[in-house]
Amino acid sequence: MKKTGAQILCESLIAEGVDVMFGFPGGVLLPFYDTLPQYPQIRHILVRHEQGAAHAADGYARATGKVGVCMATSGPGATNLVTGIANAYLDSVPMVALTGQVVRAQIGKDAFQEIDISGITLPITKHSYVAMDAGALAGIVKEAFYIARSGRPGPVLIDLPKDVMTDQAEYVYPDKVELPGYKVPTHGHPTQLKSAAKLINEAKQPLIIAGRGVLISGASPQLKDFAEKAQIPVITTLLGISCFPEDHVLSYGMAGMHGTGYANKALENCDLLIAVGMRFDDRVTGKVNAFAPHAKIIHIDMDPAEIGKNVAVHVPIVGDVGAVLYAMEKIIETNRHIDWIRQLDEWRKQHPILDIHDSAALLPQHIIHELYEATRGDAIVVTGVGQHQMWAAQHYIFHEPNTFISSGGLGTMGFGLPAAMGAKVGCPDKMVWLIDGDGSFQMTIQELATLVQDNIAVKIAIMNNGFLGMVRQWQDLFYAKNYVATPISCPDFVKVAEAYCIAGIKVTRREEIRPAIEQAMNHDGPFLLNFMVEPEENVYPMVPPGAANIEFIERPKKEVSAWQRRSTR
Amino acid sequence: MATTKHTLVAIVHDKPGVLNRVVSLFRRRGFNIDSIAVGHSEIPHLSRVTITVNGTTATVEQVRKQLDKLIDVVKIFDITSEKLTARELALIKVKATSATRSEILEIADIFRANIVDVASDSLTIEITGDEDKISSMLKLLQAFGVKEIARTGRVAMVRGNIGVMRAEERAAKSRAKKQA
Repeated sequence: MKKTGAQILCESLIAEGVDVMFGFPGGVLLPFYDTLPQYPQIRHILVRHEQGAAHAADGYARATGKVGVCMATSGPGATNLVTGIANAYLDSVPMVALTGQVVRAQIGKDAFQEIDISGITLPITKHSYVAMDAGALAGIVKEAFYIARSGRPGPVLIDLPKDVMTDQAEYVYPDKVELPGYKVPTHGHPTQLKSAAKLINEAKQPLIIAGRGVLISGASPQLKDFAEKAQIPVITTLLGISCFPEDHVLSYGMAGMHGTGYANKALENCDLLIAVGMRFDDRVTGKVNAFAPHAKIIHIDMDPAEIGKNVAVHVPIVGDVGAVLYAMEKIIETNRHIDWIRQLDEWRKQHPILDIHDSAALLPQHIIHELYEATRGDAIVVTGVGQHQMWAAQHYIFHEPNTFISSGGLGTMGFGLPAAMGAKVGCPDKMVWLIDGDGSFQMTIQELATLVQDNIAVKIAIMNNGFLGMVRQWQDLFYAKNYVATPISCPDFVKVAEAYCIAGIKVTRREEIRPAIEQAMNHDGPFLLNFMVEPEENVYPMVPPGAANIEFIERPKKEVSAWQRRSTR
Repeated sequence: MATTKHTLVAIVHDKPGVLNRVVSLFRRRGFNIDSIAVGHSEIPHLSRVTITVNGTTATVEQVRKQLDKLIDVVKIFDITSEKLTARELALIKVKATSATRSEILEIADIFRANIVDVASDSLTIEITGDEDKISSMLKLLQAFGVKEIARTGRVAMVRGNIGVMRAEERAAKSRAKKQA
């Protein structure tokens, strides 16, 4: 039977298991939106800005492991998606972005709201399509979802001319895709596995650094078995957080620019580094020549182009991380590494992560710690970008995979609220906490309305310090405290929330933290906590930009007393 | 690290926008493409792109891997280290008077080039060969006044029985050996 392009699109989305999409309509999308009610299986969530749609699809995808879907109209709608698509591209998030386009005859004529969105997104998509024929649409959707979710995931864009939506064609959903130029590595090469096993068996001070690839592959159990068998300590990248239980005896937290002192010391001293599903981002390597200086490196990754890109490796293994770890666990010897682990524990004592004295001041570290205690580590934590993001990474203790959702590669301020929205829609039974900064939050604050209209119960904790805190911290440490363009005013967030019909309270004292969190948790629906935190608190430890990881700086003792004096005045 | 000239051959889908995707990756890495030649391959719906670039082996290898990830690139090979037959075609329009015409014809003859057009005060010469041969002839022709040059850029093929697909397999094996 013949169907319209819009019907074919809806049928194809349903065939791919899509039950929710985040979108914003517009002129050229009217045929699609006109058709959408015929398919009640697809829940459409209307965002307030298209960037929110892309981040929501991103948060949904990270929380569920499924492909996130967002939609925007041609021209400005499509360009508003761009930041969200780039964010998903850099963090390897499976996403399908659907954009409206002017009718085919007008393409290339600078028609109203026409923009070459497939051209604009060329370097930030895994692949893209301009669907010029309703008859080809089903095949395009099939391919797009397959490409988005398989191998190293990423965003795929489909541009949809208006008249393709109204054209009629036979609808047959293809049962397989044929992409001769697209290879998905599976198992690692046996020779490489053997070479790696030999290095692992011989190592005295081995270390695992795990990244988001472990989460994408669903390889947390395999990682745990592997690490436990040979008793190898595990550190993670920022995006690797939650891939290995942080309360595990072998867990030593996050490495890199704001990583723990002990993780960075472990990197400095290990004789073998097993890098799993990570890509040696400069935020984790620090000065690259001084990265893991005494170690041989085994690099396990899905993407052959990541091998040797930033750091030379001794044994590359290209394949699915889970499959490789599973195979490797079978061929390595049982080991204990008692002295090495004792050494790491010693470093952990010397460089505790919660290195702040007890104080009456309202400190973000305390808030996040209390949030962990109150939620028993069972929440999905979503962040914006900045200091609060690092504090969340450092002080919440993550037990379950995919419970930490944050913008890593692109570092997109404003990611938090819409991503939290997407995560909550994807995991309605989980408690979703947004930890945000006053700067980040203001970038996408409009999505509060979406929370209300679609009844999405995100709990919001704003670390409000009146600064663009991370930039201010760099000005403090490296630009002689020249605070230019970083003091930022904000509205009364509680009143803003109230205007959106969201309950909220302001918190100014340390003893109010826990009751406030409890109140938010017990409240039915979204809730906003505006924490008026210490304005000039810095994130420590910190590896100065361009320095080696081992040169991390810790909280200067005199700074401790400075704010303590202030807070006790 | 020293840069060297690399010859890459890509087999790509014959679709709109594919060349854009390929070239865009070179732009991102800051490569200036020396030459690029595109045409049909022996397989229907697949085109063959021959690209020459200067770069360090490591950066060219990185671009090759990134290109290999493009969905529309079926295969891509760096055939630099293979024994190659490489050719380029150039059309050269050179000033020719009755006094110089015979000398130009003589040069064309030496280079086994063809005269493809004759006008009152110019000759158009077609020459095929490797880049050195074309450059050498150009140098000699400069003295007469070169009015226009059109060069195709290099196309290349691995010598012997095997096609580029097999040659790459061989190269990949030796690369894997080196790594091990």
